Amino acid sequence: MTKLVVGPFNRVEGDLEVKLDIADGRVKQAHVNSPLYRGFERILAGKPPADALVYAPRICGICSVSQSVAAAQALAEVQGLVMPPNGELAVNLVHATENVADHLTHFYLFFMPDFAREVYAGEAWHAAARERFAAIKGIAAQDVLPARAQFMHLMGLLAGKWPHTLSIQPGGSTRAVTSGEIARLAAILSSFRRFLERTLFGDRLERIAALSSASELESWAAEKAPESSDFRHFLSLSIPLGLNRLGPSAGRFMSFGAYGSGGTPLFARGVFENGVRALDALAIAEDVSHAWYKAHAGAMPPLTGETLPDADRTDAYSWCKAPRLDGGIAETGALARQLVDGHPLIRDLVARDGGNVHARVVARLVEIALVVIAMEGWVNALQPGERFIAHAKMPESGEGTGLTEAARGSLGHWLKIEKGRIANYQIIAPTTWNFSPRDAEGTPGPLEQALVGAPVRPGETEPVAVQHIVRSFDPCLVCTVH
Amino acid sequence: MNMHQPEKRRPLRLFWMQSGGCGGCTLSLIGAEGPDLLATFEAANIEVLWHPSLSEESGSAVIEIMRRIIDGEETLDILCLEGSVMRGPNGTGKFHMMAGTGRPVMDWIADLAAKAGHVVAVGSCAAYGGVTAAGANEVEACGLSYDGQKEGGLLGAEFRSRSGLPVINVAGCPIHPGWLTETLHTIAAGRFGANDIDEWERPLSYTMHLVHHGCARNEFYEFKASAEKLCDLGCMMENLGCKGTQARADCNMRAWNGAGSCLDGGYPCINCTAPGFEEPGHAFTLTPKISGIPVGLPTDMPKAWFVALASLSKAATPARLKENAVADHLTRPPVDRQKKTR
Repeated sequence: MTKLVVGPFNRVEGDLEVKLDIADGRVKQAHVNSPLYRGFERILAGKPPADALVYAPRICGICSVSQSVAAAQALAEVQGLVMPPNGELAVNLVHATENVADHLTHFYLFFMPDFAREVYAGEAWHAAARERFAAIKGIAAQDVLPARAQFMHLMGLLAGKWPHTLSIQPGGSTRAVTSGEIARLAAILSSFRRFLERTLFGDRLERIAALSSASELESWAAEKAPESSDFRHFLSLSIPLGLNRLGPSAGRFMSFGAYGSGGTPLFARGVFENGVRALDALAIAEDVSHAWYKAHAGAMPPLTGETLPDADRTDAYSWCKAPRLDGGIAETGALARQLVDGHPLIRDLVARDGGNVHARVVARLVEIALVVIAMEGWVNALQPGERFIAHAKMPESGEGTGLTEAARGSLGHWLKIEKGRIANYQIIAPTTWNFSPRDAEGTPGPLEQALVGAPVRPGETEPVAVQHIVRSFDPCLVCTVH
Repeated sequence: MNMHQPEKRRPLRLFWMQSGGCGGCTLSLIGAEGPDLLATFEAANIEVLWHPSLSEESGSAVIEIMRRIIDGEETLDILCLEGSVMRGPNGTGKFHMMAGTGRPVMDWIADLAAKAGHVVAVGSCAAYGGVTAAGANEVEACGLSYDGQKEGGLLGAEFRSRSGLPVINVAGCPIHPGWLTETLHTIAAGRFGANDIDEWERPLSYTMHLVHHGCARNEFYEFKASAEKLCDLGCMMENLGCKGTQARADCNMRAWNGAGSCLDGGYPCINCTAPGFEEPGHAFTLTPKISGIPVGLPTDMPKAWFVALASLSKAATPARLKENAVADHLTRPPVDRQKKTR
């Protein structure tokens, strides 16, 4: 048995260390450590409630808007506020812009560069993958950065800036747009669609969104040369490399649902585990048996949860708490979201091979097509001259929950107000679920389980299979611990 | 023929670290436009030794780059830190240990800074502590040469990089990509000097200005036609906590994400380029007042004059501005008296 410590792990958001026990060329067990603690829940305690909208987005530079959306939802529940239709549409657009940009950033800047690694130098496809996807020097980065930046002009118009907008409020958006600006939003989306269709997909968004089975995906990929689009390019590497058998999911997937519109979300809330069932948010609790916090008896529901750091605990190995649903782990992210929502292609991929690296990446790319199509509809539905925000007084006391989806999965804020101040604020981020440490029963988190069995080549210090598995979750470690 | 060709220099090597922050400055930076970030680095002749979001190298390869720099085998021209220095608990740095090394990140930062040609704090966290230092600052977060407004921080007020300059504080939460790309380009061109920074060591290229400059709400400000609630179009200084007349940055002179700024987004400036902005001592979106007069007055403006001018301009506020100031979209257009109506 040999031991490896892999870190600092880059091309993930934030800092990560993975400890591996290896035998017979395979990972036997993994311990995942999120090494940075900042204490946002402690910062928020005692603040005026509305100030959460300044602090919470700053938990994370990549899921900043998701943090704002969750905080605004929790406050809206306390205030009894309902957004006017324009507010809901504007917030959806800002939220979707962040999530789609994150999917794009993940695919091009974080995930694909691993195929350019020297370890693959003997592969026939390596030269083309290197030319296209190599970190910093690849052509793809030069294509995607300007396209992404122009897409983010939606943020300039609808949110003032990104990250860390204050435009998202419990009652809607502070930024009412005019009919001229609606025309600009539509033009920006249209230009972005062109980039996606020419460069990422090599096909119409509608065609990608409508792919309905693994075999249909396969025949779609075979219609054109692998290097004719980046999605096809990925598929031409992913299947031969066996990424559909790498980094298996444990089988339970969760989504809080996202992009509400008149009471119905674009993507449904629920749990997928051999079929869909309703999510019981009250069955969520956080365990700190292996995390550097003062131990308490049993897992605690977030509404009454605590964050009391204790760096000296020797039986702990991460700053990440271990959230559990009904006492068990849950995987979250685009794959979970599309499974819960019932996308036929994603359901079929998982029916065949279970959750894995390949399915996680495909789900993310299909979701880009689905969300951009929805965004075009939201822009069309905006009514200039109508209200974008509703206002209400902040009560002196109350409780609120905000449940939404960041690009990388389910994000929850739980808030308690007493005497006009925040009395308790607890956050469970997507990667808190995915990269959780062991719980009191010794059950490892989703990544820890997904790493077991990963192949390690002779002499590898940063096993490339481990790199693929870790990045397939699109982790955000700054959110994880917050 | 003199073509004014700059002499060909070797590329400047940049190493980027992250500690107690959110990564948002990097995310803002990769949105650089006109040109994009990679083209900007190329134009400035900057070679990225390592950046946590952009580079291929992971794990031991990164540790090896750091070791080579510290042992003097690799020249480090520019060290960028994003995020606060995490000193807690009790000065141990255990709130952020460098993955794969078992050593506090703050120690790595100090070792690398000692070898760097220039040290650049990217964002208000790295400069002064920022949001990570908010509340009771139980994590003992600080900046490279400041602990909030207090000189010191990790490296101390006397710290000078190899170039002889103090830490350059590209403060902001987040930074505008242009603030950093222009600073890096100027450094790389050998033109960044001690006269290019302000009293908080921020590049004057953007802190020579106030956020107020170029604010689209200026006419409302002139006539003290104030917004009452978020989303109203009027000036946000009187009621909604806006610090644009005091905050040092050119946010309304260059677009954020192609088209915006906080004020254009319908919410107040929270002075995020200033040390200590994270604890304003009042709710962010409420203006503290003493007998009806905002506590924070416009920069360089005597109070008596402000009060006199404000009451005068309030008396003269045109109906158009009064009406539009409390609306979420312009309802009353300007009227051109040249047009004769029948």
